[in-house]
Amino acid sequence: MFRLNGRDVRVEPRVGERLSEALRERLGARDVKVGCNAGDCGACTVLVDRAPVCACLMPAQQAAGCEVETLAGLVAHEPLASDLARRFEGQGAAQCGICTPGMMVSAVALLREAPAPSEGQVMDALAGVLCRCTGYRKIVDAVMGRAPGAVADAEGHTGAAIEKLDGRAKVTGKERFGDDVAPVDALIIKVIRSPHPHARFTLGDLEGFAAREGVEAILTASDVPGVNLFGTIPGFVDQPVFAEGVVRFRGEAVAAVVGRADVMASFDPARFPVEWEVLPDVQGMADAMADGAPQLHPDRAGNVMCGGFVAHGDVGAALERAAVVAEGVFETGFVEHAYIEPEAGFAQVVDGRVEVYACTQAPVMDLDTLSEVLGMERARIRVVPTATGGGFGSKLDVSVQPYLAIAALKTGQPVRITYERGESMQSTTKRHPSRMHVRIGADAEGRISGLRFDGLFNTGAYASWGPTVANRVPVHASGPYAVGDYRAEAQGIHTHCPPSGAFRGFGVPQAAVAQESLFDELADRLGIDRLEFRMRNALANGVPTVCGQVFAQGVGIRACLEALRPAWESERAEAARINAGDGPVRRGVGVAAGWYGCGNTSLPNPSTIKAGVRADGRIVLHQGAADIGQGANTVIAQIFATALGVPVSRLDLVGGDTDVTPDAGKTSASRQTFVSGNAARLAGEALRAQILQRVNAGEEALIVPGADAFEIREGAGVHRLDLTALEPDAEGYVMRVAESYDPPTRPLDENGQGHPYAQFGYAAHLCVLDVDMRLGTVRPVRFVAAHDVGHAVNPLLIEGQVEGGIAQGMGMALMEEYLPGRTENLHDYLIPTIGDMPPVETLIIEEPDAHGPYGAKGLGEHVLIPTAPAILNAIRDATGVQMRRLPVTPARLRAAMGVAGHA
Amino acid sequence: MQQLEYFAPGNLGEALDILSRGGVRPVAGGTDFYPGLPAGGPRESVLDLTRIAGLHGITRQDKGWRIGAATRWSDVVRADLPPGFDGLRAAAREVGSIQIQNAGTVAGNLVNASPAADGVPPLLTLGAEVEIASAQGRRVVPLDRFITGVREVDLAPGEMVVALHLPEPPEGARGAFSKLGSRAYLVISIVMVAVVIGRDGAGRIDHARVAVGACSPVARRLPALEAALLGTRGDVAVTAEHLAPLSPIDDVRGSGAYRLEAVGELIGRAVRGACDG
Repeated sequence: MFRLNGRDVRVEPRVGERLSEALRERLGARDVKVGCNAGDCGACTVLVDRAPVCACLMPAQQAAGCEVETLAGLVAHEPLASDLARRFEGQGAAQCGICTPGMMVSAVALLREAPAPSEGQVMDALAGVLCRCTGYRKIVDAVMGRAPGAVADAEGHTGAAIEKLDGRAKVTGKERFGDDVAPVDALIIKVIRSPHPHARFTLGDLEGFAAREGVEAILTASDVPGVNLFGTIPGFVDQPVFAEGVVRFRGEAVAAVVGRADVMASFDPARFPVEWEVLPDVQGMADAMADGAPQLHPDRAGNVMCGGFVAHGDVGAALERAAVVAEGVFETGFVEHAYIEPEAGFAQVVDGRVEVYACTQAPVMDLDTLSEVLGMERARIRVVPTATGGGFGSKLDVSVQPYLAIAALKTGQPVRITYERGESMQSTTKRHPSRMHVRIGADAEGRISGLRFDGLFNTGAYASWGPTVANRVPVHASGPYAVGDYRAEAQGIHTHCPPSGAFRGFGVPQAAVAQESLFDELADRLGIDRLEFRMRNALANGVPTVCGQVFAQGVGIRACLEALRPAWESERAEAARINAGDGPVRRGVGVAAGWYGCGNTSLPNPSTIKAGVRADGRIVLHQGAADIGQGANTVIAQIFATALGVPVSRLDLVGGDTDVTPDAGKTSASRQTFVSGNAARLAGEALRAQILQRVNAGEEALIVPGADAFEIREGAGVHRLDLTALEPDAEGYVMRVAESYDPPTRPLDENGQGHPYAQFGYAAHLCVLDVDMRLGTVRPVRFVAAHDVGHAVNPLLIEGQVEGGIAQGMGMALMEEYLPGRTENLHDYLIPTIGDMPPVETLIIEEPDAHGPYGAKGLGEHVLIPTAPAILNAIRDATGVQMRRLPVTPARLRAAMGVAGHA
Repeated sequence: MQQLEYFAPGNLGEALDILSRGGVRPVAGGTDFYPGLPAGGPRESVLDLTRIAGLHGITRQDKGWRIGAATRWSDVVRADLPPGFDGLRAAAREVGSIQIQNAGTVAGNLVNASPAADGVPPLLTLGAEVEIASAQGRRVVPLDRFITGVREVDLAPGEMVVALHLPEPPEGARGAFSKLGSRAYLVISIVMVAVVIGRDGAGRIDHARVAVGACSPVARRLPALEAALLGTRGDVAVTAEHLAPLSPIDDVRGSGAYRLEAVGELIGRAVRGACDG
């Protein structure tokens, strides 16, 4: 009844069926991605009679007689689209890839009309598609056909800005995300969730209900075979898979219904038999800590989950003798990860084993959790990560995995689940809201004389990664500065809110807002240039951190700050010129710095990388570091190829399937390039040694891999290693290696003194922005971002991380605030669009780290830490107002300006 | 449960017949239908309005302009319209995204009756009237009486909007539209302002229409301000009295006080812009 990518198709959709569903489930067009089902994200964009529309908003019947085109069809059939795919790869314009189909389809519609569009035209045309990874700039570059950022490099070793090795699938519609792997006849799971933040509940007649509805199974706490709890930190595993008798946040799961797709299409959770008795709840931390407040967990008095503490020197005396002291209370709200891919997956039982396919940042942690929840030995569980459409920390925790596994085991049939956008936002983790009281002193020369930080972090109903935040913040709240006299305390406070967990930076971005804002105030009061003030206090090699840790090399913050100086001077001069006029727009320039320790805080976090050589000459890299768009598949392979000494193009990548790939740890804490990268280096070196040893070649020999045999060239001589003559093992490898790396750290004592991390990465951002003084609107104009990455394994991917991190930092500063029950969708919860993102200049600093692979440091979280404070400092520069509550909405800025007498 | 049906009639008579039998939900662009769809899918049959002949497009008529109910916002963007419609066209470009503009219809925006509907303020400044049809006949209602409250419109069972009628704006009049939000695109307004300003040969305002959205349950015109603008060159200070029809609320997008402040500023800019142009 319509044409799909040039062929006639016929479907008989049900009344109310969306075109997106018909395309995906009836016609196999799973290149059409669904992010929100509300027209807010544009991921599902298809062309209907050449016009881009959201397939999720179009009745499938309405397509009758139309020509429908999707990404896969366009790239296969139209040169314009296949050229665009190449350009996306060349710019690194696809990170996770979940928005890529929507972006590219929208771009094709534009390019058909305007082959050489302006930047404004590109923004208008692509504005309907949200991206959470890239910061949009590389997408704009790709559509405009600007010179690619990637280089052609035959070896592709570390330092080469090669294209992502896994990019092709993302730009052709072939990538398989969490919702793309289930067979069409899989049973569908729908979770029943609490509409109340705190309530007792009683389940009714479930058998009768199941019979009436015609569903296959109902799951409740009594169906959890093992321990009905999950979590991430030992001692804090506290969240039930299904609540038992009481719920502690709105959106908490109490049951799940499993049924055939046709039955579930008309299933209404409102019919589910459950009685609620609403109980008093606490949403804010002050209420949660008040006398008589309802207690969320009996063993956590006063709703205090736990705290972290670091003390060094004598902060009281230092503040007493300081020439100036700046003090403030800063508040930030919940921030939602807002990846465009809602949590999704599929599970099946195969030969008595349960297999779970889902998007994730931590496949082996998922397996650990499933083993506990299912009460099942690990060998009977297989976790296969799908492509992950953005994670940013939230997909470290399990979400859909327990429901999938329990349902598959109970029904014995393939099952699938995809969270609705509202369900994803209600039930998965958030960035911790914070209330931070900070005092910082400085002497007359501008040296820090005492810094005291007291922070409360709203950790929601369950612990998740809250303890990590409580521990990380005191270690980092000094910023990358020499602060001899220091006291920092952070506490996680339980409320009846969704659990706060990991989100890019684990509380450090919040702390940086307070510290970096007060630094500007101190500099101004002392009459010292704000950048110079930071230079005077910046850490350096040989200078102890607030934990008393001394790095002999690799402290790159001064170089980062110094790199900003030219832009700082020229932009400040330009701002002065603009502000000499009397228009309603004033320009501000702000600078801020940040640091972040890579890997777990004083805890082991080993990675193992395995590789093997097959008799046919294929070199297989088992790359278990979850690539959630950031580029681990490419970076880890580049490091391995460098160590082995073969071109990266010679590697076959196998992903994090727990049956075949060892644990490379979780994709968090900016640890993959550093930790898994080191494991990859060791594995590459070990395989190289093995190969060279077999032909008795020296260390400098060149390995030239071929089919069936490797040539090893040494000077004029050539050895031949006949792979077919070697005995393959059970996996078919004639040679294999597996190497592990765990960063050297030392425990923190009762004052937080020790070696929390083997390495830190450093960053400084400069933000130029315009403030409309009468409307309170803020428009970032430009960012300059200096990042010390130790050694740039892939400069193109570094730029992508920086631009994407800045976009998230900008959202946190200016527009993002998750309010439970109020902003549970992507039109009330605002993330930056393509039109919000100004150009970013990334300055790569390389101060080699003693432990990093080839000197490399982590980057994933650093990219966001200085952004919000740089924006706040630029706002203060423009308006004179120090904003102490995020996000800085136009209404809040105008209100603050009114108080400050700027009305 | 009754069997739901999907009706896609080709002519209005048939559509009105189906509508008169009840139990159907009219759907055009689907941009409000799907986000509001209850869990478990529609409870009513669907009446697809997009295939009805004569419901699409913008046409010039004897006394002004007719916009068919199922005219999409992208049709408004592309239409060849006089400068008095510039505000409406600017609003059309800000309805969601291009994807939404390619699906969402002008009448749908009105019938959905959101306080923040982008189309309503400019249509108010253009004096739009709403033509409503049922199997029993037709009637015409001014837009400011058609939308009666938040999500409430003057439509009886069996009735549907078939067109908007707009008088020809005065010769040389210019329209403008301004939407204020917390991000660049895809934004629900904190406030929005539409104006149509006409001037005499001496440059004095002789036609003024000002309407404000997202500051009251239904977008409102500001008659006192319109009167105050007449005879001026646009340099009128917006007063609390001018804004009396508005009753902005505090919500996640901004405070009521901020909304009033921003409205005054935006109106000033829009009027000046229309006068300077």
